[in-house]
Amino acid sequence: MQPLGRRRMSFGDVLRTATVGARTRPMRVVLSALGVSIGIAAMVGVLGLSESSKSDLLAALDRLGTNLVTVQAGQGIGLGSGELPNEAAGMVARIGPVERTAAVSQVDASVYRTDFVPPAQTGGITVQAVGIDLLDVLAGDISDGAWFNTATAQYPTTVLGSVAAERLGVGEVTGIQQVWLGDQWFTVIGVLETFELAPDLDRAALIGAPAAETYLDNDGAPSRILVRVQPAFVDDVIDVMAATVNPENPEEVEVDRPSDALEAREAADDALTALFLGLGAVALIVGGVGIANVMVISVLERRAEIGLRRALGATRRQVATQFLVESLLLAAAGGLTGVLLGAGVTYGYAWWRRWEPLIPASAIAGGVAVALAIGVIAGVYPAMRAARLSPTEALRSA
Amino acid sequence: MTQVLAVDNVTKSYPMTPPVHALRGVTLNIDEGELVAVVGPSGSGKSTLLHVMGTLDRPTTGDVAVAGYRVSELSDAELSTLRAQRIGFVFQQFHLLNGYTALDNVADGMLYTGSPVDRRRAMARTALERVGLSHRVHHVATELSGGERQRVAIARALIGSPALVLADEPTGNLDSQTSAGIVELIEELHAGGSTIVVITHDVAIAEHFPRIVRLRDGAVESDSRAA
Repeated sequence: MQPLGRRRMSFGDVLRTATVGARTRPMRVVLSALGVSIGIAAMVGVLGLSESSKSDLLAALDRLGTNLVTVQAGQGIGLGSGELPNEAAGMVARIGPVERTAAVSQVDASVYRTDFVPPAQTGGITVQAVGIDLLDVLAGDISDGAWFNTATAQYPTTVLGSVAAERLGVGEVTGIQQVWLGDQWFTVIGVLETFELAPDLDRAALIGAPAAETYLDNDGAPSRILVRVQPAFVDDVIDVMAATVNPENPEEVEVDRPSDALEAREAADDALTALFLGLGAVALIVGGVGIANVMVISVLERRAEIGLRRALGATRRQVATQFLVESLLLAAAGGLTGVLLGAGVTYGYAWWRRWEPLIPASAIAGGVAVALAIGVIAGVYPAMRAARLSPTEALRSA
Repeated sequence: MTQVLAVDNVTKSYPMTPPVHALRGVTLNIDEGELVAVVGPSGSGKSTLLHVMGTLDRPTTGDVAVAGYRVSELSDAELSTLRAQRIGFVFQQFHLLNGYTALDNVADGMLYTGSPVDRRRAMARTALERVGLSHRVHHVATELSGGERQRVAIARALIGSPALVLADEPTGNLDSQTSAGIVELIEELHAGGSTIVVITHDVAIAEHFPRIVRLRDGAVESDSRAA
């Protein structure tokens, strides 16, 4: 008599038996996989969006540089007049690692669309006198028209920040358009792109420093100095900046590095990312519990099938494998759908924000791995329950 | 004649209060090619005997041998192999997978034998022809009548030419005309050489078969062969 040898099922047969539930109750499969797919989609989407936003920010930092330092006079009680000493810009330029400087002087004037606008309706737009180096130092761009040159900086001309232009109703620079600035007409010669490193200048009408002196009696005392420093010495320069600008009262000087603000924004984004990842994890756990629940119900409902399979010669291990693989397939289907969904959301949002879409491979691999792990965890108990079922009891329950 | 099934002084008790003795010293030998009806009223131990003969349950005392393999000497996994290779089952409730075609349901009869799917399907086609359902091969189970479903179940039990086919009330869910057709089919399969044990409470059906074992209160009351 031959010994009864072991009979292994082929991979195809394992898959075939594991999809019996899906074939007989497709809607239940879709709904139970949905929980996992939402969780995975949330995680992949959050990681994708965070990476895309980070890469966009890094590109911006690359473009704008992290070596810009701004110096301004402190304002408020005990913090001085809001102006820096007249010689400040010259003194800053003499610090060794400083590459370029540009001074901005607050002008005591307002700007209006026409001379009929009541004086109180300033629209929150300030007037700033600037040197012609400013655009270069800020790595800014003109969206329409032209920036100051040595000639236009002496005449009543203005370049508007992006928000200021919108508020003054300047859509297109025609060269003949004028605004009512400090009780006289100034010709708009250009409109700026948004300044990422000095967003307050977006709400300003800029005029040349010589013109400010000539037409508006501005004394030229800088309210702010923008400084480009050799990147390796930024911290050293920041250390000596206040004392250089105002040796008498260094405490009245505020020194900032605007790129720090962008990096801080990134840190805030990271905190939000962690929060959303947490929410995604909760959705995943709920999805996993949903799959476990469906599998337990499935084992109860399919007792007759389990009995039949044992009668047809299935071992306990083969029955357990059937239900475990079924749970794994459910979670994998949810996981893959989730990855696609998350990637879709990332691409869609990145396209809308004009970012370079970027989904870390680890998010995709991690998403699928987490889904599979959930499938296994959710499937173990129902599979063991199915395997433990006595064939006679299972057949009797039919 | 080769012995296919040997049930040797088997008892089966369930530990309840009071204990239930479903089988009380049953001895029954079945040879290759026999067609046997096990008949008895409800509660006589028929289904328990079928489960013990089919190795789905182990006896409390005594032993069972199927195709020479003694159940007491086999592990649970080996018993599964024995069922896959040597025993075919037919149930009163058919137990077909609803989303599957007749062909795939029958092919599942050999799913756990290690045979490749193409071969299983080819054999399933032959088995369906044997039970007169070659025209229903690709119909799903829900599209078949009760009689056709039972024929599919019989084909599934026969597909691997097992040493023993056990049928538990195969006509229990069918009308009398369809039942007669199933009994006729069982007789044909027997004539073709299959060893079949039919469990039934219906004496009229049992009387069609050449050997009748009567059970009462878990013991064999009589074992008679047609003259």
